[in-house]
Amino acid sequence: MVDITTTYLGKKLRSPLVVSACPLSEKVENIKRMEDAGAGAVVLYSLFEEQIRREREAMQHYLLYGTESFAEALTYFPEPEEYHAGTEDYLKLIADAKASVNIPVIASLNGASLGGWTKFARKMEEAGADALELNVYYIPTNMNMTGEEVENTYIDILHAVKSAVQIPVAMKLSPFFSNMAYMAKRLDMGGANSLVLFNRFYQPDIDIETREVTPNVILSTPQAMRLPLTWVGILYGHIQADLAATSGIHTPTDVIKMLMAGANVTMMASALLRSGIDHLRVVEQGVRQWMEEHEYESVDQMRGSVSQINAEDPSAFERTQYMRALKTFHPRIAY
Amino acid sequence: MVKTPVYTTIDANEAAARVAYLANEVVAIYPITPASAMGEWADEWAANGKPNLWGTVPQVIEMQSEGGAAGAIHGALQAGALATTFTASQGLLLMIPNMYKIAGELTPTVFHIAARSIAAQALSIYGDHSDVMTARVTGWVLLASASVQEAQDFAAIAHAATLEARVPFLHFFDGFRTSHEVSKLAILEEDDLRAMLDAGLIAQHRARSLSPDHPVVRGTAQNPDVYFQARETVNPYYDACPEIIERAMNRFAELTGRAYKPYEYVGAPDAERVIVLMGSGCEAAHETVDYLTAQGEKVGVLKVRLYRPFDMRRFIQALPATTRVLGVLDRTKEPGSTGEPLYLDTVTAIVEEWTEGPAPVVVGGRYGLSSKDFTPGMIKAVFDNLAQPKPKNHFTVGIIDDVSHTSLDVDPDFSVESDKVVRAIFYGLGADGTVGANKNSIKIIGENTENYAQGYFSYDSKKSGSMTVSYLRFGPKPIRSNYLISKANFVACHQPTFLEKYDVLQDIVDGGTFLLTMPYPADEVWDHLPRLVQEQIVKKHLRVYTIDAYSVAGEVGMGKRINTVMQTCFFAVSGVLPRDEAITEIKKSIEKTYGKKGEEIVERNLQAVDITLSHLHEVTVPTQVTSTIEMLPPVPADAPDFVRNVTGEMIARRGDLLPVSVLPADGTYPSGTTKYEKRNLALEIPVWDPEICIQCGKCAMVCPHAVIRIKAYDGAELVNAPETFKATDARDTEWKDMKYTIQVSPDDCTGCALCVDVCPAKSKTAANYKAINMNPQPPLREQENENWNFFVDLPEMDRRNIKISSIRQQQVQQPLFEFSGACSGCGETPYLKLISQLFGDRTLVANATGCSSIYGGNLPTTPWAYNAEGRGPAWSNSLFEDNAEFGLGMRVAVDKQAEFARELLGKLSGQVGGDLTEEILNADQSGEAGIHDQRDRVAALKTKLQAINSDEAKQLYDLADYLVRKDVWIVGGDGWAYDIGFGGLDHVLASGRNVNILVLDTEVYSNTGGQMSKSTPLAAVAKFAAGGKRANKKDLGMIAMSYGNVYVGRVAMGARDEHTLRTFLEAEAYDGPSIIIAYSHCIAHGINMTTALKNQKASVDTGAWILYRYNPMRAEQGENPLQLDSRAPKLPLTEYLRMENRFRMLELSKPEVARQLFAEAQENVRTQWALYEYLASRPVSIANGHA
Repeated sequence: MVDITTTYLGKKLRSPLVVSACPLSEKVENIKRMEDAGAGAVVLYSLFEEQIRREREAMQHYLLYGTESFAEALTYFPEPEEYHAGTEDYLKLIADAKASVNIPVIASLNGASLGGWTKFARKMEEAGADALELNVYYIPTNMNMTGEEVENTYIDILHAVKSAVQIPVAMKLSPFFSNMAYMAKRLDMGGANSLVLFNRFYQPDIDIETREVTPNVILSTPQAMRLPLTWVGILYGHIQADLAATSGIHTPTDVIKMLMAGANVTMMASALLRSGIDHLRVVEQGVRQWMEEHEYESVDQMRGSVSQINAEDPSAFERTQYMRALKTFHPRIAY
Repeated sequence: MVKTPVYTTIDANEAAARVAYLANEVVAIYPITPASAMGEWADEWAANGKPNLWGTVPQVIEMQSEGGAAGAIHGALQAGALATTFTASQGLLLMIPNMYKIAGELTPTVFHIAARSIAAQALSIYGDHSDVMTARVTGWVLLASASVQEAQDFAAIAHAATLEARVPFLHFFDGFRTSHEVSKLAILEEDDLRAMLDAGLIAQHRARSLSPDHPVVRGTAQNPDVYFQARETVNPYYDACPEIIERAMNRFAELTGRAYKPYEYVGAPDAERVIVLMGSGCEAAHETVDYLTAQGEKVGVLKVRLYRPFDMRRFIQALPATTRVLGVLDRTKEPGSTGEPLYLDTVTAIVEEWTEGPAPVVVGGRYGLSSKDFTPGMIKAVFDNLAQPKPKNHFTVGIIDDVSHTSLDVDPDFSVESDKVVRAIFYGLGADGTVGANKNSIKIIGENTENYAQGYFSYDSKKSGSMTVSYLRFGPKPIRSNYLISKANFVACHQPTFLEKYDVLQDIVDGGTFLLTMPYPADEVWDHLPRLVQEQIVKKHLRVYTIDAYSVAGEVGMGKRINTVMQTCFFAVSGVLPRDEAITEIKKSIEKTYGKKGEEIVERNLQAVDITLSHLHEVTVPTQVTSTIEMLPPVPADAPDFVRNVTGEMIARRGDLLPVSVLPADGTYPSGTTKYEKRNLALEIPVWDPEICIQCGKCAMVCPHAVIRIKAYDGAELVNAPETFKATDARDTEWKDMKYTIQVSPDDCTGCALCVDVCPAKSKTAANYKAINMNPQPPLREQENENWNFFVDLPEMDRRNIKISSIRQQQVQQPLFEFSGACSGCGETPYLKLISQLFGDRTLVANATGCSSIYGGNLPTTPWAYNAEGRGPAWSNSLFEDNAEFGLGMRVAVDKQAEFARELLGKLSGQVGGDLTEEILNADQSGEAGIHDQRDRVAALKTKLQAINSDEAKQLYDLADYLVRKDVWIVGGDGWAYDIGFGGLDHVLASGRNVNILVLDTEVYSNTGGQMSKSTPLAAVAKFAAGGKRANKKDLGMIAMSYGNVYVGRVAMGARDEHTLRTFLEAEAYDGPSIIIAYSHCIAHGINMTTALKNQKASVDTGAWILYRYNPMRAEQGENPLQLDSRAPKLPLTEYLRMENRFRMLELSKPEVARQLFAEAQENVRTQWALYEYLASRPVSIANGHA
């Protein structure tokens, strides 16, 4: 019997298969099913705190719109006695999930600026979250903002949250830093308990008939795992923080690759959205089978075995590999 | 022991509703201005679980009409509950039949009435006693409150007294003046109210109820033998009433310290001249009497609180024995009577009960109809009249009656305002939050200082870009001045454009303070003021302060809402409170008001307060007037006389000064007057780019205000075109060689941008640039006005040459519904405009009361217009509940007169010529060409008839126009069609007559502020459905289809405009009843009105709104009459629900309920689609056929 336990954010997990933030975790019964299917932990769907704030402002705008203008219709809506800001539901979900599963429940907070992070982080901790994952969802478009300023935003958020809570904090990052390694180091030194590599940014599409930008979300493809694979491999052994791999992990093979690159855990969402929560069982079974076939005893044994520091050819994680890859690519059409 | 009162600042609607809610178990509600808010409060409290005095949450039930509410209350009372309702005006009239029953059966209840005018020559939403006076014959007690405090207190007294008296009570206060006045009042503690309501009497009421456990029969039919005697059995109850009420008032005084009497005299104990009146006028009279008696005048006022039963003995006893002459003031009019009701009762009382010395002379007069301001000057005028050797009787006061010469002269400068009272006037726009800020200021002062506070607000009759005027008073004593402020010591103007339109400084006193927002630095403000403003500033020695409020609000992300900024300025410069204290209180109030709505909203407002003071500057006032800027005339100089002399004066806010003689006696006004009221509201207007335009016509079609027009015309017309006038070649192949222009009227546009939203033509190089784009208006205004004027004079295309089945051609038809006062981006008006284009020159419109009757018919200017031949829609509004019948009556009248004309023509055939007769009688008038030719024939006929000297020829001459086809369109909203008017609508559908019905379905009572109707969809939050609507929307179309011979169409212009057009054409062409149910997005949906067409589309794409046509003519041809015109739902319903705050609100306020109802709504969409799909696909042999 192979040992697939792992450690992540200071907890021992029964499996490196973690469900990443996605709509499936909106319901407690799904979280229970995830546990039953073998998930090592679950990251709850992300609370878009800033979006909630914007929605509240929009609600306020429309409640007031057109009021006090016309004698017969001084208002258009009844005044509710209370507003559920949207956060109460989330906090209740944490508490309910904790009450119904034994695996760690990681709360996820999504935003782009300092805003109300600390307040909500504390509330999430109070609601029973085992850890927090901060998804800094920030696409800098300001041409006058330096890279350092962008990076400082991340550090500031991390510091603010770390100072507010006792539970471990994971930073979910984008790969778009001029020096990812330096950024990883700064976050590591700043106290991040884990780096989650990488989040997938909203990338809109264009409808050529209507000539409109369409905000359709696409699920990840297996190709998407290359970028996290690269950086998990590069960072492994260089930082204290745990490494979580996410994006494009669909199959047992993907999981094994990530573990070999150095991930503590591998996170899945798209695969479960496509194939169902029970897909976790399939993946775990595949991982176990491969480990048995290849006489691996444990995940710990496998972790980082093909990271940059342990790879036969460390430069393969860098540009040389890219050049080799280009040379081996034969286009099918002439040019 | 009397406790120290706790004060609050609320209006009378809230004050009375609170007592009614606490003291009852069943509340039946229905919206009607100005009483709607009472029902809204009750519904909100019930939705939030607020219990009544006995710890249970009352059942609040919305009915389909006030008649329904009265019926439900009658039933509830019979079944033993404590029950109440609220209403006004026409609503009260609908309750009268039940009121006779309730009184006849000696049933205790109280109806609370915000008294309002009755529609006569015109509807009016404002206050007077016309409504309650119609109810004085029903056998109810009539108890009149004069102030907000009294509205609360008398509500309690009424509920207490009715239980003992067993006579039902009508408790009323003046609509708007009292119902909407925000005032500081001592709140009635729940314990005190409980102590007023005798548990034993409540038990007796229950014991009398209908119950199978102790059955009785009530409501029998009686015969000549006993009905009369039985009617006389109740006399002792009425005799006992005044005593019971007096006892209740005394008990109330013991509990609260506030003492009232059924008839309360105030003034000199030896008064000779006494005014008698009831309602809010008592307060102004009280104040004036105090002022005059202090000057030694022997005057007084008798406040009548108890009007029915009219206790003549108590009434006479309340008058000083020295009274020599009585002036009785009625706030109602009874044409043809020997006097108004209170006057007649007074005369009778004097005759029957005056025992000491010579009886006083009694004269009566009318005042204050439709909230006409009732001022100390008018009261003084009445006293002056009473001082005359022969006082004028049957007088009026407050108007200039140059026809019947009833009016008294009033000194406009007479004032009794105390120097200790701060009096402030604020001119604002509805959208800028001025009224809200002022209500807030009243709360701050009323609830945090010893001062009393009063606020009254007036609004204009337009729904977009409307002006609001706030009148605020603060002072150390209770404020009785319940009339508009004419001696303000502070005036604020929150919109610079008002300075050129209205004389905002006419009411400011010498040395007053003037605060204005201007987009200029303080040292440049003076140079931008009109001459009249400068003159008054100099002459009255005003201190002037200025702030660029929009910049400050913009800086903190508050957009156009300058409320917090201007409120801060008011406190900073008015001196009502010490500045620091005021700022602290504003901030506290912000936290209280917005706290639950989110910290960011609080922060934003707090930030606004913080930065305001540094932007507020005093303007250095020169000693000389320098401006050459003149006030704008309200209407152009070339407008018709009536428009200039009457309409223009109303626009300029000088309507109060118009004498009786200039107003039509029968309520008839000229059509098409909105074009003279250039409102200049839009900050941005659409600009057409002919290079990109595909000439589809959609922009003009959706334009709610008909400010985008299209013409195709001969290029030769362009000879004198202004330099910037745009024209291009017409693309339509049938208009080859013609020129084409889309023109916008910059002064009429409201800037809603629906046209840009709908425009499908995008630039090939930049997708955000369309064939029509919003651009700042000011730099374009002059040029585009010139272009508009040129455009208007271009010839209209001959209607016979327009292919009306295609939008691109149809939209060149001239709209005969233009520039209405509807909301910017209104979803209803495009449909009405379409009717006016397609059929306007031959249409009579019956318009149910509601939004469409207000923007369609509220003075000063009205949008239904006429064409160059003088033809256009003839429009009228009867009532809310009777509109279908009203329209049917028009149809029957038109048909009868046409029939008579045909009969006469047949008889006169020999004289007018057989050929012409035959041609007229057999004319095909199905299209424009046929109608055109028929009009020519009728013109020829009339020429011939003039030469024939016979009665029949004369009769035919008068009726000949009916030989040309006429349409009848019956239009109204869902409140009418689904609820109050449904019975009539159903009858009209069943009549088989050729009427066209348009239901402008906004899914709420929009005009009264968004109350639930039976059209409101499941899960929507609306007023009267504060917890989300739990029932499905009624399927009105399905009901109509069940007749088989009714054309039914369901349209959504924003989803499929071609389908809308086709449906309107088919419905009109169908020779029988037709009904179109038109999705009308609405401000009451809580949506972005700029992109509201997307909401329409989403409603169709999700299946929430199925498009279809049911055409009985298809059945005649062997086809299924029902055609589905939208596809199977392709998006989840939530995609639509989440676009609209009426649904989102439920998610935010009651997420659990929302989840359940959203799921239910989705399931309903699925089953409804399946049903329609089945009906549209079933074999024709089992379809409803053409009857």
